[in-house]
Amino acid sequence: MLRLLSILAVLCLCIPAYATESSAIPKLDIGKGGECVKEPQWMRKNHMHLLTHQRDEVVHKGVRDDKISLKNCIECHASTKDDSVIARDDSFCVACHRYEAVKLDCFECHSGERKSAWLKRNSK
Amino acid sequence: MSEINVQRRQFLKMSMGVAAVSIAPGIFLFDMAHGKADANKVRWGMLIETANCAEGCNDCVTACNTENGLSDGVSSTDSQWIRKIEIKDISTGRETSLPMMCQHCEHPPCVDVCPTGASFKRADGIVLVDKHLCIGCRYCMMACPYKARSFVHEPLQNQNPDVPRGRGTVESCTMCVHRIDQGQQPACAVACPNKSILFGNLNDPDSEIATRIRTVASAQVRADLGLNPGVRYQGL
Amino acid sequence: MLTSVAALIVLAGLYSVHMMEEHGHIITGMNNQIVWGIPHVFAIFMIVAASGVLNVSSIGSVFNKPAYKARAPLAGLLSLAMLAGGLTVLMLDLGRPDRIIVAATNYNLTSVFAWNVLLYSAMFAAVVVYLWTMMEARMQPWSKHAGFVVFIWRFALTTGTGVIFSFLVARQAYGSAILPPMFIVISFAWGLAVFHIVQSAIYQWNGKMLDEYVQKRMKNLLGVFVVAALYFVVVYHLTNLYFARQVEFERFILADGGIYPLLFWAGYVVLGNLLPLLLIYLPGWGKTQHVAVASAMVILGGFAFLYVFIIGGQAFPLSIFPGFEVKSSFGDGVIGLYSPSLPEVLLGFGGVGIAFLITAVGIRVLNFVPREIPKKAL
Ligand code: SF4
Ligand code: SF4
Repeated sequence: MLRLLSILAVLCLCIPAYATESSAIPKLDIGKGGECVKEPQWMRKNHMHLLTHQRDEVVHKGVRDDKISLKNCIECHASTKDDSVIARDDSFCVACHRYEAVKLDCFECHSGERKSAWLKRNSK
Repeated sequence: MSEINVQRRQFLKMSMGVAAVSIAPGIFLFDMAHGKADANKVRWGMLIETANCAEGCNDCVTACNTENGLSDGVSSTDSQWIRKIEIKDISTGRETSLPMMCQHCEHPPCVDVCPTGASFKRADGIVLVDKHLCIGCRYCMMACPYKARSFVHEPLQNQNPDVPRGRGTVESCTMCVHRIDQGQQPACAVACPNKSILFGNLNDPDSEIATRIRTVASAQVRADLGLNPGVRYQGL
Repeated sequence: MLTSVAALIVLAGLYSVHMMEEHGHIITGMNNQIVWGIPHVFAIFMIVAASGVLNVSSIGSVFNKPAYKARAPLAGLLSLAMLAGGLTVLMLDLGRPDRIIVAATNYNLTSVFAWNVLLYSAMFAAVVVYLWTMMEARMQPWSKHAGFVVFIWRFALTTGTGVIFSFLVARQAYGSAILPPMFIVISFAWGLAVFHIVQSAIYQWNGKMLDEYVQKRMKNLLGVFVVAALYFVVVYHLTNLYFARQVEFERFILADGGIYPLLFWAGYVVLGNLLPLLLIYLPGWGKTQHVAVASAMVILGGFAFLYVFIIGGQAFPLSIFPGFEVKSSFGDGVIGLYSPSLPEVLLGFGGVGIAFLITAVGIRVLNFVPREIPKKAL
């Protein structure tokens, strides 16, 4: 929990800085991309809150809001080449977290892969 | 926890209009579909008919491993959420085969002892580990009378996107909570070729499981401990 | 010299923690049957002894015995050191030690484990305050009060340690109401044994001789504590034998269980109790060096006891279906196997190293060496 808060703190401090300096934004593979929850700048700043909130709702109450679930984020943002948000240095999650030097703690347990791809691989 | 939660909630209230609007009907619809509005309306449970359960048949275990992305390994450090136990009555010599998994106790010792509250019971009776909170102290494994829990001893890859699991945390049968939340049955209940595993709502008097429990003799394992497990056995 | 060896051991311990983080607990001997292993033996020994060693201070300040009063600061320091060592081991053995902050911010108030975290932290604070009142002249008047708080608190602490096990009703070895008092009495013996060793070492290095009168009193006290602890252990096993469902387990631990009965009888009973008692009480013996050896034996016996209690207690299969023979792929009905691996042993010794370093630095930097009051004054 506190780690997430610190992630948030670091991000909040850093994002305004790099928003002005847009040339330094890391290059990342945004997968299909598109705007589905909120506009990108807001999401860059606040995605972790949505995820932590949703995580507690799902785990403890079983309220599965598909729109803001991590799985759904991955569905669109996984690379179209390798179906993953973490496989490469410029993958969606990795590129930015590395740039901001914020540890990415989700994927030790969560799969970073699109569910359809996982199914295809594991149904054989 | 609570303080941070309050901060988070406040933050969410203030700035997360869109998401809040989308969550609210989500909860509402969910309550409609699952009867969550009244916590006591639902208690998921299983009734296992041991007479039908064939010795040597491992289909429920395999189905569980596939569904939840377990390795199928049976070494002492591998996770086993469900296992087949062969028991033999010492006095009569009668042999029985049955599946054993987390019994989803109504008064779960694992939840009582967990220092961080990572082990918890959902309103519908399913006992889970919140792996975001689990520190891997393994006290719950010491406390569980059914040896239902496993500790993840190694880093994992290639998890099922619906079933997150990871090194250093404790896990056990989730009753396939990700399937239940979508209105499906647990993988083991579906897989059993002899229909030995009956899954349903113990608190709905009209459900098949409640009717069966009313009409045939069933037992809880280690009923003497008074934990009132949600998994019951017939023909023990 | 010794200090640098200790520092090396601590480093080795930290390295094994790193390995355990990287590879997971697979590189330890622990598994799904034996979930608590060597690290817990070390940690619980140190925590129990940390509470017991304070007995020396309590006798000084609460019961007003000057010979012990002179030793109270050293006892306080030892207690802090062992508490720190033990807790570090316990923490670093977690599956996710990186989440320790989660443990500090999320409390499940029904959990004995969570109570213990609170008990330990409060204990730490209480002992620090107590030391301060003893070392700082201005605070001296408060020393007795602080001593009293520590006195009470350490009972709570050891009770808490015992309760961790006595709440495990499903396990044959645990779930007994006698465990908390047993741990308290055991803590007296272990704590005093540690104190004896450290004291003789300090006197040796400083080329001093321990006052004969003090020496005699302290060795007798050790003897009494050892006997009392043994008595409680005997009662624990006897009550278990009294309950029919526990007889199987007792037979396992005391007779058929291979390494466990061996460790219990040879390690705990003979090495940890009978031989030390001989060394202490045999006419002509009971000199400083005998008592130091006896103390070392008490400590080794303590480790043997905890190994049998913690690991042997888990190795005996849970009785899920009483009255049935069971078999499965998950070790139901069979004795759990456990062989400690190097990393976890190093982690345990790392904790001892931490305790040693804290003690050594404390003694160097501050004045913890007991200052004897001349015998006439007693
Ligand atoms: S069976 Fe074990 S893990 Fe499952 S709820 Fe009961 S105590 Fe907890
Ligand atoms: S291992 Fe995890 S779930 Fe189990 S008691 Fe410890 S923190 Fe709770």
